[in-house]
Amino acid sequence: MADKLIGQNYTTPDIVAKVTGKAKYAEDFRVDGMLFAKLLLSPLPHARVKNIDTSAALAMPGVKAIVTVDDLPSPVAGASLGEGITASTLSERGLTMEPMYHGEPILAVAAVDELTAAEAIEKIEIEYEPLPFAVDPVESLRPGSANARTQGNVWMRPPAAPASADGKPAPPPRPDVLELKWTADDFANAPAGHLPLGKPADEWVVGDIDAGFKEAALVLERTWVGNNTSHQVLEPRSAMAYWQNGKLFLHAGTQSTVQTVPNVARWVGIKPEEVVLISEYTGGGFGSRIPGYIAMAIPALLSKKAQAPVMMRITREEEHYIGRARPALHSRCKVGFAKDGRVTAVDLFVVTENGPFDQVGDGRSAGDTISLSYQPKNMRWRGVNVLTNTPPRGAQRAPGGMQGQAIMEPILAEAARKLGVDEVEIHKINAPVGKATFGAANQRGQRQYTTSAFVREALDRGRELFNWDEKKARSGKRVGSKVRGSGVAVSAYSAGSVGFDGLLIVRPDGKVQFQSGIGNLGTHAIIDVHRVAAQIMGVPWDQCEVVWGNTSKHLPWTCASGGSQTTHAMTRAAHAVGTRAVQMIQEVAAKAKGGSPAAYKVADGKVSGQGGTMTLAQIGQKAIELGGIYDGHEAPDGVNAWTKTSVSALAGQGLVVAAKDDYKRDGQTRSFVVGFAEVEVDVETGKYTILEYAAVADVGTVINPRSLKGQTFGGSMLGIGHATSQKWVYDQHYGVPLAKRFHYSKPPSILDAPQKYEWAALDLPDPETPVGARGIGEPPVGAGCCAILNALAAAVGDDAFRRMPVQADIILTALEAGHAVHEPLTANI
Amino acid sequence: MAVIRDMMPVFELFQPASIDEALNLLDAHQGDVWVLGGGMDSFDWLKDRTKRVSTVVDLSQVGELRGIKEANGGLEIGAMTTLTEVVHHPAVQAKFRILAEAAEVVASPQIRNQATLGGNVSQDTRCWYYRSGWSCYRAGGNICYADTPTAINREHAILQQDRCVAVSPSDTAPALVALDAEFVIRSKGGERVVKAEDYFLGPQIDITHMTVLRPGELLTAIRIPATWANAQFYWEKVRDRNVWDFPLVNVASAMKLSGTTISDVRIAVGAVAARPLRLTAVEAATKGKPRTEETASAAGELAIQGATPLRYNAYKIPLMRNLVKRAIRGNAQATT
Repeated sequence: MADKLIGQNYTTPDIVAKVTGKAKYAEDFRVDGMLFAKLLLSPLPHARVKNIDTSAALAMPGVKAIVTVDDLPSPVAGASLGEGITASTLSERGLTMEPMYHGEPILAVAAVDELTAAEAIEKIEIEYEPLPFAVDPVESLRPGSANARTQGNVWMRPPAAPASADGKPAPPPRPDVLELKWTADDFANAPAGHLPLGKPADEWVVGDIDAGFKEAALVLERTWVGNNTSHQVLEPRSAMAYWQNGKLFLHAGTQSTVQTVPNVARWVGIKPEEVVLISEYTGGGFGSRIPGYIAMAIPALLSKKAQAPVMMRITREEEHYIGRARPALHSRCKVGFAKDGRVTAVDLFVVTENGPFDQVGDGRSAGDTISLSYQPKNMRWRGVNVLTNTPPRGAQRAPGGMQGQAIMEPILAEAARKLGVDEVEIHKINAPVGKATFGAANQRGQRQYTTSAFVREALDRGRELFNWDEKKARSGKRVGSKVRGSGVAVSAYSAGSVGFDGLLIVRPDGKVQFQSGIGNLGTHAIIDVHRVAAQIMGVPWDQCEVVWGNTSKHLPWTCASGGSQTTHAMTRAAHAVGTRAVQMIQEVAAKAKGGSPAAYKVADGKVSGQGGTMTLAQIGQKAIELGGIYDGHEAPDGVNAWTKTSVSALAGQGLVVAAKDDYKRDGQTRSFVVGFAEVEVDVETGKYTILEYAAVADVGTVINPRSLKGQTFGGSMLGIGHATSQKWVYDQHYGVPLAKRFHYSKPPSILDAPQKYEWAALDLPDPETPVGARGIGEPPVGAGCCAILNALAAAVGDDAFRRMPVQADIILTALEAGHAVHEPLTANI
Repeated sequence: MAVIRDMMPVFELFQPASIDEALNLLDAHQGDVWVLGGGMDSFDWLKDRTKRVSTVVDLSQVGELRGIKEANGGLEIGAMTTLTEVVHHPAVQAKFRILAEAAEVVASPQIRNQATLGGNVSQDTRCWYYRSGWSCYRAGGNICYADTPTAINREHAILQQDRCVAVSPSDTAPALVALDAEFVIRSKGGERVVKAEDYFLGPQIDITHMTVLRPGELLTAIRIPATWANAQFYWEKVRDRNVWDFPLVNVASAMKLSGTTISDVRIAVGAVAARPLRLTAVEAATKGKPRTEETASAAGELAIQGATPLRYNAYKIPLMRNLVKRAIRGNAQATT
């Protein structure tokens, strides 16, 4: 009997290499004649490079090549940079003659070793013309303030063109960088700590917020200042490149193996079929390199110019600059509540600290997440993305969702206290259920809705797991200098896409070989999903092999590993290919042994029927004899073009099976996590400890419990770091970062983790996907952050803090003064 | 000349095997030599190329600089003894627990395995402007970037600010001041011994140096007298994270009690000024007083007299007050 694989723990085939150090990451590779690259970074927040003299550097023995932006292909608008960020003509280039932030790379030097490359950089004479800059988004909206770019300071749609002669309205123009300044009147209440509500760049409304506020028994309005947080992946953006037979071979860590190839091609200026990407192991991503990263082009083009392999190792400080960060959202949110805690209206304004390049989607996503998680019938969302001369932002695990939750959750908890409603109950009464609608309506007036949602069940489970009622009873009570507080929070995020391919080979040696185009970014989805196909095929797991991490090994068209979509998307693809494999094995058996294919049963690593039994090895051998559709000489219809190419390349190796996920889905896939936390604050120091954290995941069918636990805890910790310690620090006068090293930006350590961690998964299948599984990567983050915020407020009061992270200094000064005293609106302090 | 950071430059490395050899090397390369202990401070400066030397003298092979010896009821700790060794040494644990407690919360286990006690007390300040290579007072310039209207100075000084507002980052320093330790300094010219509180310099004395060490000198050992062995100790460090973080404020006290009366006390606070501050006024005011909440509260209030906040570090004043209060009160929980 073949194992039941779904829902079982197992050891993934990459683990031993990872824990023994045998795994080779990009910077572990060495090839003959390899040069090393170093970067010259901008010392100014915004400048024009007037002159570069590289003569002394190039004259050094050992210096082989220098590349600048002139060596890069022209920017191409339209590229997907992951989770809703699309490249524009104002996109990051990788190198630049107009640095947009302190630390932006200007040029790269290749030399025989890193020391020579560094000495060469010190010999380069470079002359800058300083340009105006902005590192605080709200400041850049003040009348007369500086803009981050010469084109303007915000992403906004230009005015629509007039309607055509036949009265048809012109399509809305694409957003562009324009200038937007608010009035001095808008800023009148800023000193008191209220975010000005000036002109937004975009907005949507559902329902009638005025009516909603009218029926409210309680209205709270809060300004909240967010934090920028670097991704801090353990493996920086190091990459090694060489050219062979007209192809680029690139070793780099990326979240998505297959989906990175088109981007590398675009950044280097070659065709996708000219790229071989080797990425067997990736030291973390968290959204920072969903489809690769533009700095991959630097060693590639240096290698071309120097005609030698080039290794570019990125230092921790360089990683701070080019490694991406979550944008801070600064917000003002007004929420109406009925007596029972039901949200009657939400009026949200968000200023997104965009960084200097393409428009990030966090502000909008924050609104959608609030709409989804708390189901307000009446909601207005307004937002503006303000450009700043700070490192580029990107998607970070629950982009916008986490920030939205951090805006709304403290308000919800405060309302529960003010209304005398239990915090779990206020979350339940507002929770999404089943096919819950959310976000703005489209042009046809339709709103999105979820495939399923079991948030109330998760809250009930969490209440029990965490022992909420007992902890609530002692919440806010002081013993000596210590006071405890408990809080609960809900978070939601996207959790699945559709339409990708599965690809496998039943080999003549009897093994089933799964081709995995997923990136090995530390989740186990890269292997997990194939167990779905193995289970359907009834093949024992020890008879299965997974091929991954090298695009020359012919992988199927695969989703990007971002947006928590992989487990959902690729279990569907695995279900499709597993189902198709069973049919094809039956067909091969019938052809070999006679009779009808349907009369053959595929199980336990063999196929049996009226003509007898065949092993999978015999099936693989027979498929090669049959050729055509069976051994990959003909690719199946329906699969994506990329997969067809891979099928052709694998032809003749056994029974080659490819299939596309064509399953229907009604709704948008979203996963949910609820978090419960208890903290203990020392009121004499402001320092606090997280005593306990409990998370319950509503993520559909559980595929790999151990991995799910790791993802749930890891995602929670990422969120907890936002609440407790992680941030950027900028001196606004000089426009330069002060917390630019790993230590100073303070991601939480393992000793800052909750002293006790518990988790559970509901394991209720999503009805809109054949396997029932949804994604987990992003949904835990907001709950982790906000359960801590709510527990802290329960301990020290709702007025103690109005920004993140909440560190000892904020708590202590607030307790001394009796109210929040930290600088109300200044960013990055 | 363009700037590059985080890349070790070329230098000539010497690894002497004795103190005398090391002193000869310092003498021979005066003005252009860097003394390397555990490297936990040095490597930042060297790799960032903000301080440049052509010669580095690495003390890791000097055996006589390592180890802990018991002498006259006290201890002599070699300057190159690692913090991990200090933490685990039985005599430190048994008699001078406050030093073990302080050393144990320095940075992280990996850093404590490499970092030395001599280095921990001699390290440079962590002011992020200064360490970024800005030409401030401390770097020989004529401005303090951490004390401008836009400066971010959450971790900076509230006391004894004098142009520079950087603070002493050491955790072991306040403990050693509380223990009335002596620092043994050798040069080719001989040996001098300074009291712990005199080893550290504020900007009013020397704005470019944190300690009294001069070119050609080596800190060779730290002596802890028997005076405060097995006293009533109090140590606390408040930091943002529970590992790999410098103090926001730390406090160390050693106290002798006669019944419930404080017969003698030494107390020092770190990270509030450029040097660890021995609070002599607090000591004088609490001596002879009962060890009570009232005495402790009065000590806390006295400690912060004259403290002046910068834009972002006002919290350090109540934090210092409360930590001094606790250090006098002892481990009993607050009752208010």
